[in-house]
Amino acid sequence: MDTADSRQMEHSRTAAFLGVIEASLSDLVLAADIHNGEIVLRAELAKVADILLALRDTQTLECRQLTDITAVDWPERPARFDLVWQLLSVRYNQRVRLIAEVEEGEIVPSSVPVFASANWAEREVWDMFGIFFSGHPDLRRLLTDYGFEGHPLRKDFPLTGHVEVRYDDTQRRVVYQPVQLVQEYRDFDFLSPWEGMLGDGISGEAAEPVDEAGSKEGGSANG
Amino acid sequence: MGDMQIRPLTLNFGPQHPAAHGVLRLVLEMDGEVIERADPHIGLLHRGTEKLIENKTYLQALPYFDRLDYVSPMNQEHAWALAIEKALHIEVPERGQYIRVLYCEIGRVLNHLLNLTTFAIDVGAITPLLWGFEERETLMEFYERASGARLHAAYFRPGGVHQDLPDGLAEDILAWADRFPSFIDDLETLLTENRIFKQRTVDIGILDTEEALGLGMTGVVLRATGLPWDLRKSQPYDVYEKMDFDVPVGKTGDCYARYLVRIEEMRQSLRIIRQAIEQMPDGPVLAQNHKITPPRRAEMKTSMEALIQHFKLYTEGFHVPAGDSYTAVEAPKGEFGVYLVADGTNKPWRCRLRGPGYYFMAAVDYMSRGHMLADSVAIIGSLDIVFGEIDR
Repeated sequence: MDTADSRQMEHSRTAAFLGVIEASLSDLVLAADIHNGEIVLRAELAKVADILLALRDTQTLECRQLTDITAVDWPERPARFDLVWQLLSVRYNQRVRLIAEVEEGEIVPSSVPVFASANWAEREVWDMFGIFFSGHPDLRRLLTDYGFEGHPLRKDFPLTGHVEVRYDDTQRRVVYQPVQLVQEYRDFDFLSPWEGMLGDGISGEAAEPVDEAGSKEGGSANG
Repeated sequence: MGDMQIRPLTLNFGPQHPAAHGVLRLVLEMDGEVIERADPHIGLLHRGTEKLIENKTYLQALPYFDRLDYVSPMNQEHAWALAIEKALHIEVPERGQYIRVLYCEIGRVLNHLLNLTTFAIDVGAITPLLWGFEERETLMEFYERASGARLHAAYFRPGGVHQDLPDGLAEDILAWADRFPSFIDDLETLLTENRIFKQRTVDIGILDTEEALGLGMTGVVLRATGLPWDLRKSQPYDVYEKMDFDVPVGKTGDCYARYLVRIEEMRQSLRIIRQAIEQMPDGPVLAQNHKITPPRRAEMKTSMEALIQHFKLYTEGFHVPAGDSYTAVEAPKGEFGVYLVADGTNKPWRCRLRGPGYYFMAAVDYMSRGHMLADSVAIIGSLDIVFGEIDR
């Protein structure tokens, strides 16, 4: 009972915070809503710098911490990437997620002047997705090898990569060579239709009592 | 003389150096013995965990979380389990929640023991390490008795924990919790008022709250600046809401304050461990929805449905409805977050792992500028850096 009450209170606080955001940023964001209890803002890339600054400096918001920046690759979409900023307001105990679509090759203004923590986050996005940030003080690759080519977290980059390294006894140095797989990568297709396993049916199932789900499952298995 | 250009000395630190806490290569630009710029080269332990998770089912991805911050594996698993539970809207049985909180706090002590003692060895004290690792071994036995593994436990599952605690384990943990405070006292007699230790740590690597927030610092590093920000209190998950504990904060934000906060956090963790064991109810430890959690082995001997569910769960796995969510837990080092993007299939479309150490490492440049070379070792030691979660 306690937890249900506190959850209810938290939801209303989040909704109130969203109201404040909508009031102060309505002309900047495309959409603002609560998804799964989390505030999600969508915006055009050109407006992102203004929004981040406003989120940080508006006294009723005070999102002083940029928790993380990351990207999501959707190769089928015309604007290929979603760039995602996670912000935290310690003062009001709220999280905000800002999402903007970025096309391949599009240049994103860096948010390092606003949030110091964006430095490595943007370097990693450049390294892993190849999204270029303008105005970044030091945009080098971060996690991959010196002289690495490609952007590993793009969906068209193979899981096994392109090159492998080994120590060569005759040349007495570490050499790079194309990946040779002894056995082909086994990617099983398990996406068979199974009762209750497809779509969003699972969330509805979960709320049901156990015995009911069990008997339903049993019925289909027998029949 | 006025026109002469003096190039700073470039010093290479690591990647194999005992004070680098793993595989850190630090390129330092020095003016004499003063650091002008520190450029950490990370990624030597990069294993592509995020990419691998995209190619595994949700359940197969879980053991990767043990291998991030391998000093406190279960705290990472917790974030993944919570992220999936949030997306699927499943409730965890109360006993499962208590066991998770219990093991998260054991993980916190495990982590702080390693950090405090290796920090001490970095600045010149060997004895704490020798003592502390004996205690860590005891704690890892508790891990082993519950999960079967000392380090890579894979114990927390979406929907609860994999199995119940064996008989007698709770009593042994309580007995350990009763004698552990005297160990903390012993540790403190070695370090807290130690002249050499204080000379190496007091007023070194100072951050104030504003800087710490801007740099993305969380956890102990943020609390040492005086801000009582702890996700276990401010955004509680599982049964942390019912636990009575204090959030220690530092006053000075230097290496010494971070040490003091960690010492006090171990004492607070003991309080939570005691409460978790005393209040733990009986009942199931894993949600009884067999589309997400496996049926019991005994049940599979007689029930065909159980056998089918088991087979489907471990081949196809469960599907997570499309959508994205960010779930964060207070790992021993700080905020460990999982940004999960699901596309409705049995594999995550994207899983971003936000480790606290990543942002600590990024701040090393800012924190060590103007300090002496030896201070960079104290700063790295006090930040609590483990490369498993930085390089991912």
